[in-house]
Order: sequence, then structure tokens, then C-alpha cells
Amino acid sequence: MNVLLDNFSEFRDGFIGTVEITAVSSVIALVLGLLLAGFRVSPVPPLRFFGTAWVTLLRNTPLTLLFLVFFFVVPEIFFPGMSPFLLGSLALGFYTASFVCETVRSGINTVPLGQAEAARSIGMTFTQTLRLIVLPQATRTVIPPLSSIFIALTKNSAIAGAFSVTELFGWQKLMSDQGYDIVPVFVWVALGYLVVTFAISGAFRLLESRMEVAR
Amino acid sequence: MSASVLYDAPGPKAVVRNRIYAVLGSLAILALLAVSIVRLSDKGHLAPEMWDIFNYSGIRENIADGVVATLKAFGLAAVGSLVLGVLLAVARLSDHKPVRWAATGFIELFRSIPLLITIYAVWVGFLTDYSMWALALGLSIYNGCVQAEVLRAGVNSVPKGQREAAYALGMSKTQVMVSVLMPQAVRAMLPTIISQLVVTLKDTSLGFIILYPELLQTARLIASNTQVNGQYPYVSTIVVIGCIYVAMCLALSGLATWIERRGRRAKTGITMAPAAAPVTAADPVGAVVGAGAEVPDGRDGTTN
Repeated sequence: MNVLLDNFSEFRDGFIGTVEITAVSSVIALVLGLLLAGFRVSPVPPLRFFGTAWVTLLRNTPLTLLFLVFFFVVPEIFFPGMSPFLLGSLALGFYTASFVCETVRSGINTVPLGQAEAARSIGMTFTQTLRLIVLPQATRTVIPPLSSIFIALTKNSAIAGAFSVTELFGWQKLMSDQGYDIVPVFVWVALGYLVVTFAISGAFRLLESRMEVAR
Repeated sequence: MSASVLYDAPGPKAVVRNRIYAVLGSLAILALLAVSIVRLSDKGHLAPEMWDIFNYSGIRENIADGVVATLKAFGLAAVGSLVLGVLLAVARLSDHKPVRWAATGFIELFRSIPLLITIYAVWVGFLTDYSMWALALGLSIYNGCVQAEVLRAGVNSVPKGQREAAYALGMSKTQVMVSVLMPQAVRAMLPTIISQLVVTLKDTSLGFIILYPELLQTARLIASNTQVNGQYPYVSTIVVIGCIYVAMCLALSGLATWIERRGRRAKTGITMAPAAAPVTAADPVGAVVGAGAEVPDGRDGTTN
């Protein structure tokens, strides 16, 4: 208990940091993942190829390596001097986007064939079919796996802490460097993550029940 | 389902439009690549000397050592996680409430904590001087929990008649589990188990943070100890190491796909889970079952 009360402000900063990096990279992952999924089902071959290459490459790269890329290679090409927080969010967001893309694509696959065919037969274009008919229906099947992805994202954000972003793992490191007993520190950090992941799964469950339709 | 269901076979106008999009899209992608290459070569990262370092036998040996260290940690973690996974799965399916609760608590706790934090705690708390064992133990605990859930889903997917028939033959509960349920569960879940092993392999890179000299740590040491033209060869090292990682992971996922295809051919009546559904987060059972039901091409999964 003492370790928490004595260092509460650092703990609070770490907790807020975890929430912030989770939120920012979730938005990046969601937007980018949807775009990539659109690429992967589009009639334009180069875009399809780009989407496939992105997913294959990023899903088979360790996240730690991706963090190295974003901290050492990306600043050499674009936007030198970006803050570690933004670089970390981008790395997490780009990595997670590949998983979001695959989930959305499999969600699109679950929409019955007749729906897309009916949409086409009343003369809708590809974009209209996707936007008005297929994606709204895909959303429902995609929500549960998306919740798992964002929980994994929260847990992966710990790696950002090792790359000098303020968050909960950074606090654990700081405390164990100061010689506190690792067990209570571990328990408090675990509780911090549990709060975030429970909030995410709760929010998604709410979303799920909101979007439920009788079929 | 192929993408073609979403759009008609293109007519003459659509063909022209698609070609325009194709050209624009390729131009945009090429422009992005070109900008990256120009910027990198401006900063001297593409100079031949930067890439020459991989011709030195010392650096090659370092990389080989890094690969061996990575594979060593991966091997230990793979064995550890599978053993722990079987034990936890059996404990979760136990008839004794305390055993079931303890296993459930253990699984839920370690699955919801970031792997890095578990590894770091094991390292600082118990195995400070043995970073390989700390890494392997941390990986085993986390992935063991995930494998346990996968196996449990597999056991539950075995048709009820199998268990009933085994009991009717007079087998004991252990016999039913060992010789009837587990083999079928492992067989059905093999692709998922291997996909989770890919995740384990990727996660050995977390050894980087506890200073275990695996591939990534080796890469960082190479990059920060070799100075070429007054610069550190981060870009070239990261590219080379990245290729090694991607190749290793693709080889393992290829194995999963191959096994899945073999399983589909065999007519045993046991359905295989689709490959590449590495399950880590909230609800592996749901994810596995869901993936099996919903994903026809079997290349989609959750995440780590």
C-alpha cells in the first residue's frame, strides 16, 4: 500500500499516460484499419496489393522491432523531432491497424452474399454498396473481435513505456529501480491495466447491445 | 468469398475508371517509397558502406548468435507454454471446484496483464541474473494461459458422444481425458496452437527490454557500436533483422496453414479450426469458436 500512497502522483501520471496512448493509437488503428480493409476488397489491384503487403509485413514483425523502426528510422524520413508519445502511438496504431483490417475484412465476408448482390442489382456503386449495405451489417459481427484487439492494444502499450513514454510500465520500472518490493508494485500496475481493459470491454458490450437487432 | 461479390464485372467505363485509380494508387505508393528512399539516402543511410557491415564475419556471427539465442528462448517458451497450457486446461475442466477456481483465477490474472510487465517482474523479482530463464518463464506463463483456453475450447468442441462412449466402456476420468479428449482437442486446435506459437516467437523480442541478448538486442548493439561515416547504421540493421523476423514468422505460419490443409483432407469428422487465429485477449474461446464459424478463408484472427 505504501508504495502506491508514497508515489501516487507518478502512478496517476502513468495511468493517464496509458489511457492517453491507448486512446490515440486506437483512433489511428481504427481509421487506418478501415481504410486498409477498403483497399483489400477494392477492385483496384495496386491498392489490394498494398493492403495485403501491409498486413503480411506488420503482422509478422515483433512490435518491439516496430518501435525501433519508429524511433530510429521514421524520424530520419518524416517529421524529425516528433515527441516519443506520438511516435509510440503511431507504432502501436500502425501495428494494430493490420489486425483491425483483417477483422473488418472477415466481418465483410460474413455479410450474406445476397445483400451485396441485391445492392448491386439496384444499381449501387462499389462505394455505395460498402458504405450503405455491407459495412453497417459487418459492424455487428466485428464488434466482439475488435474489443479483443483493443484490449491487446492496451496491453501492448506497455512496450511504449520501455521507450520513454510515460505510462504504467514506466512507473513499475521506476519503482523497482528505487528498490521497492516488486510484488506490490506488480499488483498495483496490474490493477491499473485491469481498470482500462474492463472499461474497454464494458464499452464494447454496451455498443454490442445497442446495435443488436432481432434477426 | 472473393472481393468480386462487392462489384460487378466492370464495364468499359468502369474499366477505364479502375485503371485511372490503379495508376493514381500506384503513383501515390511509389511517391511515398521514393520520398523515403531519397530522404534516407540524403542522410547517408543508403551508402554502400552502411550495408557493407554485414560482410564482416564478426557481425555475421553476432547475428547468428542472436538468432540462436532467440530460438533458444522460443524453444523453452514453446515447451513451457504447451506443458503449462495442458496442465491449466485440465485444471480448468476439473470436477473439483477449488482447482477449477484457482486455474481460472491464474489464467484471468496473467492474461489481462501485459506480457512485458510479467517478464519484467519475473526478471527483477526472481531471476535477475538469468535473463533467458526470466524471458522464457514470462512467455510460458502468458502463452500457457492462452494455450490453456485454446485447448479447453478444443476439448469442448469434441462431440459429446465421444466422452459418453468412453465412460460407457468403463474408462476412468483420467483415461477419458488422456486417451480420448485431449488427442482430439490437440488435433482440432493444432493450427491455432501453432499460430499462438508465432505470437510467442514474436514476443521473444521483449527480451530486448530485460537485456537478454536475443536478435533485437543484438541488432541494437551492432547498430550502436559500429560507426560508419560518422553515423550509426540503424536503418540497415533494422531492415536486415526485420527480414529475419518476418521470414521466421512466415515459416511458422506456413506450417500452420500446411497442417490445416492436411487436416481438412483427412476424413475423420473432426473439424479443424482455421489457422492464424492467434488468440490473446479478452475471450479466446469466443474468438476461436467465432473464427471457426465465421471466417471461411481462415486467414483472419485476433491479435497480439
